[in-house]
Order: sequence, then structure tokens, then C-alpha cells
Amino acid sequence: MSQLVDYNDRPWLDPDAEPFIKVQSVSKHFGDFTAVDSVDLEIYKGELFCLLGGSGCGKTTLLRMLAGFETPSSGSILIDGVNMNDVPPYERPVNMMFQSYALFPHMNVETNVAYGLKRDGVAKSEIDQRVEEMLAMVELTQFRKRKPHQLSGGQKQRVALARALIKQPKMLLLDEPLAALDKRLRVQTQYELMNIQDKLGVTFVVVTHDQEEAMTLSTRIAVMDVGRFQQIGTPTEIYEFPSSRLVANFIGNANMFEGRVTENGTDHVIVACKDPTCDFYIDHGLSITEGSKVWIALRPEKIKISKQAPGEPGTNNIKGMVSDIGYLGGTSTYRVLIGEDRIVEITSPNLNRPVDGNPPIDWDEEVHLSWEPSSAVVLTK
Amino acid sequence: MGHLLQRNWRTLVLFIPFFWLLLFFLAPFFIVLKISLAESVIASPPFTPMIEWVDEGIMNIRVVIDNFAYLWEDDLYAKTYLNSLKISSISTILCLLIGYPMAYAIVRSSHTTKHILLMLVILPFWTSFLLRVYAWMGLLADQGTINNLLIAIGIIDEPIRMLYTPFAVYIGIVYTYVPFMILPLYANMEKLDWILLEAAADLGAKPMTTFFTVTLPMTLPGIVAGSLLVFIPATGEFVIPDLLGGGNVLMIGRILYNEFNANIDWPVASAVAIALLLLLVLPMMLYQHIQAKQTEAE
Amino acid sequence: MNNGKQSRFLFTMTCFGLAFLYVPMILLVFYSFNKSRIVPVWGGFSTKWYGVLFESKEVGEAIVLSLKVATVNATFAMILGTLAGLALVRFGRFKGRTLFTGMISAPLVMPEVITGLSLLLLFITLNEFIGWPSSRGFTTITIAHITFSMAYVAVIIQSRLTGMAQDLEEAAQDLGAKPFRVLVDITLPLLAPGMLAGWLLAFTLSLDDLIIASFVSGPGAVTLPMLIYSRIRLGLRPDINALATIIILVVAIGVLVAAWIMFRQQKQRELELKMSEET
Repeated sequence: MSQLVDYNDRPWLDPDAEPFIKVQSVSKHFGDFTAVDSVDLEIYKGELFCLLGGSGCGKTTLLRMLAGFETPSSGSILIDGVNMNDVPPYERPVNMMFQSYALFPHMNVETNVAYGLKRDGVAKSEIDQRVEEMLAMVELTQFRKRKPHQLSGGQKQRVALARALIKQPKMLLLDEPLAALDKRLRVQTQYELMNIQDKLGVTFVVVTHDQEEAMTLSTRIAVMDVGRFQQIGTPTEIYEFPSSRLVANFIGNANMFEGRVTENGTDHVIVACKDPTCDFYIDHGLSITEGSKVWIALRPEKIKISKQAPGEPGTNNIKGMVSDIGYLGGTSTYRVLIGEDRIVEITSPNLNRPVDGNPPIDWDEEVHLSWEPSSAVVLTK
Repeated sequence: MGHLLQRNWRTLVLFIPFFWLLLFFLAPFFIVLKISLAESVIASPPFTPMIEWVDEGIMNIRVVIDNFAYLWEDDLYAKTYLNSLKISSISTILCLLIGYPMAYAIVRSSHTTKHILLMLVILPFWTSFLLRVYAWMGLLADQGTINNLLIAIGIIDEPIRMLYTPFAVYIGIVYTYVPFMILPLYANMEKLDWILLEAAADLGAKPMTTFFTVTLPMTLPGIVAGSLLVFIPATGEFVIPDLLGGGNVLMIGRILYNEFNANIDWPVASAVAIALLLLLVLPMMLYQHIQAKQTEAE
Repeated sequence: MNNGKQSRFLFTMTCFGLAFLYVPMILLVFYSFNKSRIVPVWGGFSTKWYGVLFESKEVGEAIVLSLKVATVNATFAMILGTLAGLALVRFGRFKGRTLFTGMISAPLVMPEVITGLSLLLLFITLNEFIGWPSSRGFTTITIAHITFSMAYVAVIIQSRLTGMAQDLEEAAQDLGAKPFRVLVDITLPLLAPGMLAGWLLAFTLSLDDLIIASFVSGPGAVTLPMLIYSRIRLGLRPDINALATIIILVVAIGVLVAAWIMFRQQKQRELELKMSEET
């Protein structure tokens, strides 16, 4: 069966594939505080895997356990089938790129990059050659004799990357790699990272708090909160099919509605909401009991805003008044007041130009919001 | 194997200084304590041993607390201890009054000026302490520079008695210890966020108010550190009361030295030392505590 | 407006403070050239007291002893203090940590009479039990000095280590360096300026120490401070002024040289920084 389907880009779907990194029931306690709470994770070779979460969620602790700087309080970590529990960082086939880059200030670029190879006892001629190649790959050849304090932020990062990759590690860990860069550099570096990863085929594990970064870079994301994984999936899965309100709110924006399941059919579900008063018709069945309380997540870009009333009032549409407009040039964000105090957010591309200085939809205008039956996501937690 | 080696290596790093301090810093105190509980005899060493092995291997422990009782009874010692505390406290305050504005001025000055000023403050520290005290002998003597100047100008006819008075001791202590006040204050002030002062002004506080409600509390750790760094050693000062105070100014350091050298009463000298230690143990623990907190904060 | 008043106050206080610190030293130098034997009474210019100073054999021996003690002390104190500082900052919790912390910081504030007395009594007791040290002098003074100097070095090292982010050492480990290698490749080279500062500080403290040396020394071993003290407690002496002038001169030159070197280094750094910005 698996030969017929190409799992090349998505090895996690292949039932025969062996995960490259296995985290098994790993926990980490610091005194009374539990930083990582019995997590399980499987990362496959060649993935660009992101650990995404806010500060204090445990992602950095997990990364440090992969690197060997922290020992799990319980559970085990296997890299390429080998248990890493008693293996110190200097004996792991893993390298890390630190958030601060951690370039050795008393060594120049060349010596920094060569450091790992020297520790491995590689012959000098080979070191020289590999350093040459690596510096060329990160485009730092003309800076080889400079010391870290003579480099710009972006250059420092490339040295850190070169230094880690030159050892051809099985896995590269990156701790907030883009956090210290300005916006312009960040976007550029994102693509550079993806290219290098693709070219070398190294498995990357990235820790970040920036969802845009995670969405752009990753093959898969693990959303982390209070030491646990909330959801693991591809960026699309996480965004379009969040498993909980927490994940839905963490990635992008979501309008949240509370309601009750009034009808649960084989091919449809109807959820009734009180605030605002509205019915949601979802066009697929769910394993859910009638009468149970659920939440509906509706993304701002999935809602149509119009001054004309929709064909069928009542289901999958609602009426309101524009209370705020955020004009962003290419898109506009509308905050629409429903009823007394409920605000719904809509993002819409500005397809039409303003006429006589008036935007197509203006403040305080009555508008109709509507969405497709497939747009809403039903959440049980 | 790697872990075992790593652990052993660490133990070695720690062991060397630890052992040294145990032997040459901590053990001596117990010896002083032991001797303070002995009797003075004409012998070498001039005190009775604590543990004596008598016939049939019976251990005879002699502990004598007479020395401490003696300290307690004799007026001289109590007066001296109190005097030492008084002198060191007042000197600490004087150091603060001089040192605080100087530290403040240094912190607020431009980058180059800051370094020059710091160097100027530290430079005297590198020259001989003894000679700097000696310099004041020359200034304060009856035929010294200050008296000569005042007589020459005509302000006074007879030289003012300054040397070998408490006044001279105060000057000597303040002179020697002011850099010890300035440096911790500077270190503390350097790390502060001066924007807070501007924020206070922005909220309507007058300079005096800002000083008492914002600056002073913020610099309090530096004040405490500097004060302890002056107060504790100054209490046990020997050279300054000896050279500048003559026999007239009672400070405990001199008494200890005399008991030891002149009177060859080691037990009493030891008791004096233990008593001094007990007197200072609280400020010393306070200093340790502050230092520990600071390292944690960093 | 009020800032102006504040600035003037600060300026005055600083000038007064600096004058307070330096005038006595300047006068010391001034009177070393006084022909009259009564130091503060000027009797004309003369350099004869320098001659008297150089003739004295005792002075030469005392200087040599002090320098020997100071050098040996500084070197050992630097090593021990660095080890102590490393242990306190990088080793986390270990058994006896509180005791160790107490022992390493107590010498900083301990009155010297207590340290001196306790060490002398230790040496005497040791001699009773194991026959060493049978005579006190260079060895005992040096041991005593190392004991308190290492505390100062430890403070400097601790301060530098806490300022040094731990991720440099972790990065080295990550790249394959075992802990000992990390120490040699990363920690010590970066600690070097602190170690040098520690050495200099220990050296100065040793040269300057009177009390502790007095207690733990023995017949025939006279350090420079001990010599100076024995002479000045009887009164003012112009040859001591001459000695003071020489010491002040040596220190001033040393400090100026150090400042000049640091200034040059700073300028070099700024140049390198500009170079990197231009590319």
C-alpha cells in the first residue's frame, strides 16, 4: 500500500517510516516546577520541525534536553535509534545554534568555524578545506579573519550556522534563530535557512515564539503550552484545523463563538449560538453528541462582508455595524459590532478602490457577514 | 567514564582552595578560641594546654573562662570596645558624606572623565597605606604643615594640638577608607537606570524630593555595602590609632596588639580577638548576605 | 536651573575630595627635598635624604623581601582565587557551599589584627605538633598573604564569570569540547584580564601589609612596611619622605602606563568596529 502513495514530503504519514528522533514520555522538573510534562514526539529525517509557544511553555527546556544540556527527569530521548540519556553534549551527533550565537570572542571567524572539527581530531588539511567550503556556502569568505565584534548581526548568525553545520550533525537545533534580526533580514534569512536545510538534508529543530516564522519555515509545528504539546501538525493543519481554542487563538486570529450542538447528522452538524444569535451549519459530520457545548472558531479571512443581504438569512450569516476599520493597504480589517457588545473581526482584500474618497465599506455602516459551510471549525476544548 | 572523570576534575578544582582556607583561615580561629579558654603561664608557648594526658590515659580538659570574665570586669576593655565602635561608626558616616557625592559625580560624568576620575580615586590605594598615614603625621604635628600655615597667616599664635588626638584618628581613618566607600557606591550607581530620575521629575518631583524618594532608596545597596566595607575593618584598626592617636586613643586593635606583644598574655589577647569577632559577626554576616544576594541577582 | 546647582555642588565636592586625597601625598614628596631634618619646617632644597636612604642596607633587604613575598603571593593567590571563583560560579550547589562562600569572603572584611593573631597561633601550634614551621619569615608571611589575597582575586573572578554568559561554554561543549577543554579553550582565555587584575591587586595588598606580616614574621625577616613602621612610630623622618616619593613615583608611572595601554586598546577596538560597519 505504501509503495503506491508517495510519502516523500510527509514521512510522518508513512506507517513504515522510522522516526529519526523519538522523545518518549519525557518530563523535566526544576524543584516543584514542571517545565516539560511527559511529552511524546517523533521527528523524521529531513524535517524542519518547529517547537512553537510563548515564554515559559517549556520549548527551550525541551531543546536543551535534545542538545544534552539538561537531563530528563524521566523518559528517554532516542536519536537515530540510540538512547541519549547518559550521553553528554560533547558526544552527541547534535549541534546547536544559540540565540545569542555564542561566538567565541577571542577567536576569528575561521577559528570559530573550525573549532568543532579540531575537537574531533580531523586532519588540518581537511579542516582547512571544509572551512573554505562552509564559508563559501554562507558567503563569509572575505570576513574569515574578522573577530565577532567586527561583524554585523546577520553575519554573526551565519558564522554560528556554519560552525554548527560543518560537523555534519544528524540534527541541528536552533534557538530562536531569527529573534535578534531586524524585519528585513529576518525574511531573507528565513529563506536562506530553508535553502540550506533542503540542500544539506539535515534535520532542523527550531524553537520560536513567532508564529509567522513557524508557519513559513516548518514542515511540521508542535504548539506547546505549560510543558505539553497542544497540537502537532503541518502549518495548514494547525491553522485550518486547530484542535483547541488555545491553538486557534495562538496561531493567527479567530473569532470564537460558544454554542450547543442542536443537530448531528452523518453529513452535517448544526450549532446554535446565543451570543450572537446565529446558527452555524457545518457541512461534514462529527463524532459529537447532540446537546453538547462546543466552540466555533471562524477565521477573519473566511468571513465575507457585504452591504447586501445574503440569500438565506439565519444560517451562516449575521448582521452588524462597522465599528472600526484597520486599513493596511492590501487588506482591511473590519471590527463589526453585533448586537450590544459582541465584536467580530473580518479581514478582506481591498479589491475595489474608494469612490470619491469613500471606501466601499465605511464606519458605522450596516453590513452583512456570511461564510461558507466548510469555513467554521468546531472545537470541543 | 567521561562523566566520572568530569566529576573528579571538578572536585579537584574545588578542593585546593577549600582545603587551603580550611587550614589557614578557619582552623586558626578555633585555635584562637582554644587559647582564649586557657590560662597564661610562663612557658613556651605561654598558655596552658587544653587537653592533658594524665596517668592511665585519662584525658583532662582544662577550660578556663577567666579571660572572658576579666574582659568583662575590667573597665578598660568595655570602654575600648565602645570607643572603637564609636570611632568606626562616625568615620563611616563621614566617609559616606564625602564618598557619596564623589561616586555620584563620577557616574554622571562623560565616559573619558569617568575613567580618569576612577583612576584618580584608585591611585592612592596602590601607594603605601603606611606612608599615607605618615603624610598626615607631617600635616597634623605641632610643628606640622597645617600649624605652620595657620601661624604664618596669623590665624593662631600657638600650634593647635591635632596629632595624638581622636581628631587625628578620625582624619586618618576617613582618609584611608574613603576609596572603600566610593568603589561599591560607584559599582551600584553604575548599574542603575537613571531614566527613573527623569521620570520622577516628569511627574513633578523637585530635585530634593527626587533624591530622597528615588535616588537614595535605589543606591541603598551600595551605601550598605560601602558602609560595611569601612565599618568592619575600621573597628579593628591598629596602625592609625597607633601612629596618629599615640597612646591616647583607645581602639581595640591596639589593645590586642599590646596584650600580645607587650604583656605576652596570649590567652587574654585571644579572648580580646574572640570578643571583637563576636562584636563584628553580625555586620560581617550582613555583608555576606548582601554579596550572596547580589551574585544571585546577576 | 536646579541641575546647575547640583552640578556645581558635585563638582566642588569632587574637587575637595580629590584634593583631600592628594594634598598629603604631594606634601610628602615636597618635604623629601627639605634640607632641614625637621620634616615640616622648610630649610632649603636638598636631595641628601635620598642618599641616606640608598646607603641603608636594611632598606634594600626589606625591599627585596617584600618583593619576593608579593610576587609569590600574587601568583598563588591568582591561581587559588581563580579556582575558588570558578567553583562558586559554575559548580552550582555542592556540599559545603555555604561554608566555602563564608570562608572566601570573610577575609575581605576581617580586621587584620584578628587574621594576624590567628595565623601566628596556627603556626605555633603546627610547629608544636609537626615541627613545621620551625622559624617564621618568608614562608609564613607568604602563606598568610596568600590566604587573604585569594579572597580578593575570587571576588574579581566571580564578577567576571557572572558577566560571561554561560552559552559560550555550552557552545564549546556542543561542538565537542570536554569540560576540561572548555576551561582551557574558552573560560581561562576570557578570564585572563580578570586574572591579571587579580594578580596586580594581590601584589599590591602584599606589599602594603603591615599587621599580618608583623604577627607572623620572625627574627631577621623584616618587610618594607615593617621597616617603615618601626622608623616612623618614633616621629617624622625625611629619609622616609624620600622613600615615599620613590614609591609614589613608581606607582604613578605604573598606573599611567597601564592607562595608556588601555587607551590604545580602546582606540584599536573602535577602529575595528568602524571597519566592520563600513562593509
